[in-house]
Amino acid sequence: MRYLPKSPGERIAMLQDIGAGSIDDLFSTIPQEYRLERDLVVPRQMAESEIVEYFRQASANCAIGYASFLGAGAYRHYRPVIIDSLVQRGEFLTSYTPYQAEITQGTLQAIFEFQTMICELTGMDIANASMYEGSTGAAESVTMAVRITDRTGVFVARTVHPEYREVMRTYAQHQGLEAQTLPFGDDGRLDLAVLEQSVTEETACVLVQSPNFFGVIEDIPAIAEIVHRKGALLIVSIAEAVSLGVVRPPVEADIVSLEAQSFGVALSFGGPYCGVIAAKEKYLRQMPGRLVGETVDTEGRRGFVLTLSTREQHIRREKATSNICTNQALVALMATIFLTVYGKQGIRELATHNLAKANYAARQLSSIGGARLLFDGSPRFNEFVLETSESPDQLNAQLLKQKVIGGRPRSRWYPELGHASLWCTTELNTREQIDHVVSLLQHESEEALTRA
Amino acid sequence: MAYPATYRYTKEHEWIEAGGKIGKVGITDYAQNTLGDIVFVDLPKVGSSLEKGKVFGSVESVKAVSDLYSPITGTVTEVNEELATAPEKINTDAHGAWLLKVEIADPKEVDGLLSAADYEKFVKEETH
Amino acid sequence: MAFEGNRRKVSSHLSQNESLVFEKSSPGKKAYKMPPLDVPDVDPETLLGEAARGDLGLMPELSEIEIIRHFTRLSTWNYAIDLGMYPLGSCTMKYNPRVNEFVSRLEGIAEAHPYQPESLSQGALAIIHLLKSCLLDITGMDTITLQPAAGAHGEFTGILLTRAYHQSKGNPRRKVIIPDSAHGTNPATAAICGYQVENLRSNSLGMVDVAQLEQIVTDDTAALMLTNPSTIGVFESEIHKIADILHAKGALLYMDGANMNALVGKTRPGDFGVDVMHLNLHKTFSTPHGGGGPGSGPVAAKKILEPFLPTPVVVEGPPDQDGRRMLRLDYDRPQSVGRVRMFYGNFGMFVRALAYIMANGPDGLRQTTEDAVLNANYIRKNLEDVYELPYRTPTLHEVVFSDRRQTQKGVKTGDIAKRLIDYGFHPYTTSFPLIVPGALMIEPTESESKEELDLFIDAMRQIAREAEENPELVLNAPHATRISRLDEVMAARKPVLRYTPAAEKV
Repeated sequence: MRYLPKSPGERIAMLQDIGAGSIDDLFSTIPQEYRLERDLVVPRQMAESEIVEYFRQASANCAIGYASFLGAGAYRHYRPVIIDSLVQRGEFLTSYTPYQAEITQGTLQAIFEFQTMICELTGMDIANASMYEGSTGAAESVTMAVRITDRTGVFVARTVHPEYREVMRTYAQHQGLEAQTLPFGDDGRLDLAVLEQSVTEETACVLVQSPNFFGVIEDIPAIAEIVHRKGALLIVSIAEAVSLGVVRPPVEADIVSLEAQSFGVALSFGGPYCGVIAAKEKYLRQMPGRLVGETVDTEGRRGFVLTLSTREQHIRREKATSNICTNQALVALMATIFLTVYGKQGIRELATHNLAKANYAARQLSSIGGARLLFDGSPRFNEFVLETSESPDQLNAQLLKQKVIGGRPRSRWYPELGHASLWCTTELNTREQIDHVVSLLQHESEEALTRA
Repeated sequence: MAYPATYRYTKEHEWIEAGGKIGKVGITDYAQNTLGDIVFVDLPKVGSSLEKGKVFGSVESVKAVSDLYSPITGTVTEVNEELATAPEKINTDAHGAWLLKVEIADPKEVDGLLSAADYEKFVKEETH
Repeated sequence: MAFEGNRRKVSSHLSQNESLVFEKSSPGKKAYKMPPLDVPDVDPETLLGEAARGDLGLMPELSEIEIIRHFTRLSTWNYAIDLGMYPLGSCTMKYNPRVNEFVSRLEGIAEAHPYQPESLSQGALAIIHLLKSCLLDITGMDTITLQPAAGAHGEFTGILLTRAYHQSKGNPRRKVIIPDSAHGTNPATAAICGYQVENLRSNSLGMVDVAQLEQIVTDDTAALMLTNPSTIGVFESEIHKIADILHAKGALLYMDGANMNALVGKTRPGDFGVDVMHLNLHKTFSTPHGGGGPGSGPVAAKKILEPFLPTPVVVEGPPDQDGRRMLRLDYDRPQSVGRVRMFYGNFGMFVRALAYIMANGPDGLRQTTEDAVLNANYIRKNLEDVYELPYRTPTLHEVVFSDRRQTQKGVKTGDIAKRLIDYGFHPYTTSFPLIVPGALMIEPTESESKEELDLFIDAMRQIAREAEENPELVLNAPHATRISRLDEVMAARKPVLRYTPAAEKV
């Protein structure tokens, strides 16, 4: 077996050295009744070419060559080639958690740079070295707020990604927390009047997402003002990280939970992605996850180490801020490289392109007969909600035949919005694609009229 | 190491200097030595109540956290603010660097604690 | 002092002092180019009004070659599996096959959006389906979820399933029993799930104290979280009794699968009484550690826990006219514990783990386990005369020594570990498990050749001699790294967690 660096002769020599008669002698502590006497039922050993062939088939059985207008928490952005050139270096790919700082300064310095960039982009003072992804990051931010305030009231805006809210429920149920949902207004944003009535001195935190699940940018300063009046914390979750290129960072927030997938991480059918928690300095000790800090060595040279480990599970055990151990280090490195490649000007330009494409697509699509842009008066980034006269499922089925994947229907979570779907355009959606889908939908709309 | 005769001690390696209604609480030199370089002290707020034998805070070194157990029952009147920025004072002068001042509920509780001689003996046995 | 044995490992290397990207940044440098905008341009200020952003502060501006050099230089400061052995206990630092990286980047796989239609995701769903069936046979379980993002996340999910099960029987119960030898994530997980932790002692064989277990299991016990083999590397030979004691009181046996590398193909947890367990794809199944993640922590369980699995679950749909079944995502799971994360799991790691299983086949997987155990025992045999072995019980894929002999000269496990770096190895796990004071926890994995093992053994024997004859050498190690021991006390007392321009000096 080609991953095993031993010859049969060496195995025999080693067994003799140990004083064992056969390899099964070394497994003698496993009671006889539990020893597996048959082969495992897994595919037989395959040649590398066969493995590649299997996955090529699998890849061909997934959407290739389709124009996609899907967003809703996972975004298609261009991944600069040097990301993979660098992360596939064995020294990054096959390195371990940097507990031994002297021999992992590469990982540690890169994480320090990542932490810095996240702070710059989000307007927070401190950021950790990553969480699993956006939804668990948001859930952990909530439990963090609960620990900080010592209160149990939690409010979550209904405009937060529904799957994030499901995860929150799962996390909250065993900690004596009840997350209550706050409605949105006609503008597609959190209803400030209801918020005002709901927040009390028992409220630990309010969680919102911006841009939210309708693509709408929330009024963070106004929300923060209300939340802080009662001593509660504001947590802002950001699912589309590229928005930070043109949208003002939520500086009034106490905690920001970011999903960094848009920063150079492949869609990969839902994972691995890259969550991060960033916060104001005073909440440092309640922050979960690894933290990299700057220090010096015995010669006074600058170096980096994992620090404040006493918050973590390997020391605090049951009193830890979280049980997280393995994080998303390599994915965070992809994000760091992405952000360095685009840089100060590029992130802005990239975000502007996204804004322009969505603006154009929104205008064009809403001009179709029977179609209407919802929440049009509110600021958006690269997603918008389109209401159509036909059901989105039906329309999408037609679009698929033309190799177009349309927007994500809202009906499952927001039935009151009727025939609405969430459309996303990034810098990768060409004008041609947008014009094509517009003409397809225009055609469908006309067909529907003639049928009626 | 000389343990101040005027202090009283607990088996959890805390000391209390009770000069009347208000006592000062800290950790012993043995404790700081075992912990190593102290990086952070987590203390309760002024006004909090303490219960004898219960955890009231913790002391952290780089690799470990140690709970602090209250030697007596009472109310916190003052917290040593210096330790927030200079926790290393506990390492350099454990018996001088007090953590909290406490209004002692029952002075008799203090008498029941270990004397300096008894504590020193206890430590010798622990390390044997 | 003269080195006895084979000292061929590189002990130092040239490197640069590389600044941070922010320090190398200069306005106007670019590493990107956007294609021309093919739609009408917009002005963010006009479009977004108050929601518009000012500038991006100190985000860097560099050219492409500077970026390549920066990260390439940083990479040369890292130790990695590709360079040499990591004897870290319970981490299973095995070879990360490159074909895994290749297949995970195939277009249809890498660019699959989680919400794309199921009809266009059959390839991805098939990968999930096949991996699930492989892992089920490997573990001997009935049902499995791939949703958890890492081991600790898997533990969380497993305990949630346990709680849901007990709740469905009318009593959620309040306690989880955890051995004192357990990894920190175990008690942390139990606490997060609202359970009280009850400690279970280990006996002189390095196994759990079954007599004590019998006393403490009650109707209020939800589960025992057991690592098998234990963190000492010892197989719990009374596992049958342990399972019986728990089941008699209606409690479940949870197994932390971190040490599966000792069991794959030789025995199955489902066969020896485990009800629910998690796997670490980034340990046993070769997915890369990447400097700390990503991982993946599937949870496998017996049928009784099936209704509670996180949603959605990949199932086979009804056969079509050609008899083929499409795979679909089933969201209709009324008793589910809910989601533990968005989407379906760290899919990229499923691809890699499946490729690993395919490269091995049943014979390769069995041989892998045998080699892992052979390697650990070889190290044990060749070091047990110089390092103290606190437990004489036979061990499987890892071995734990203690620094007792060396502490007599003032040398501790942490110092020995740092000195090992000078001999070209990554340190083993120090100071864990907690039941062995001054532990040296060593797991070589099957990926080490006899040559590499002999080099490791020579280095460890040399260090033992140094501890005797020249302890200073060990106490001040490492000597051969580009950076010497870092001041962790300062890093904790005055945390600096980001770059700020004013304070920096290179």
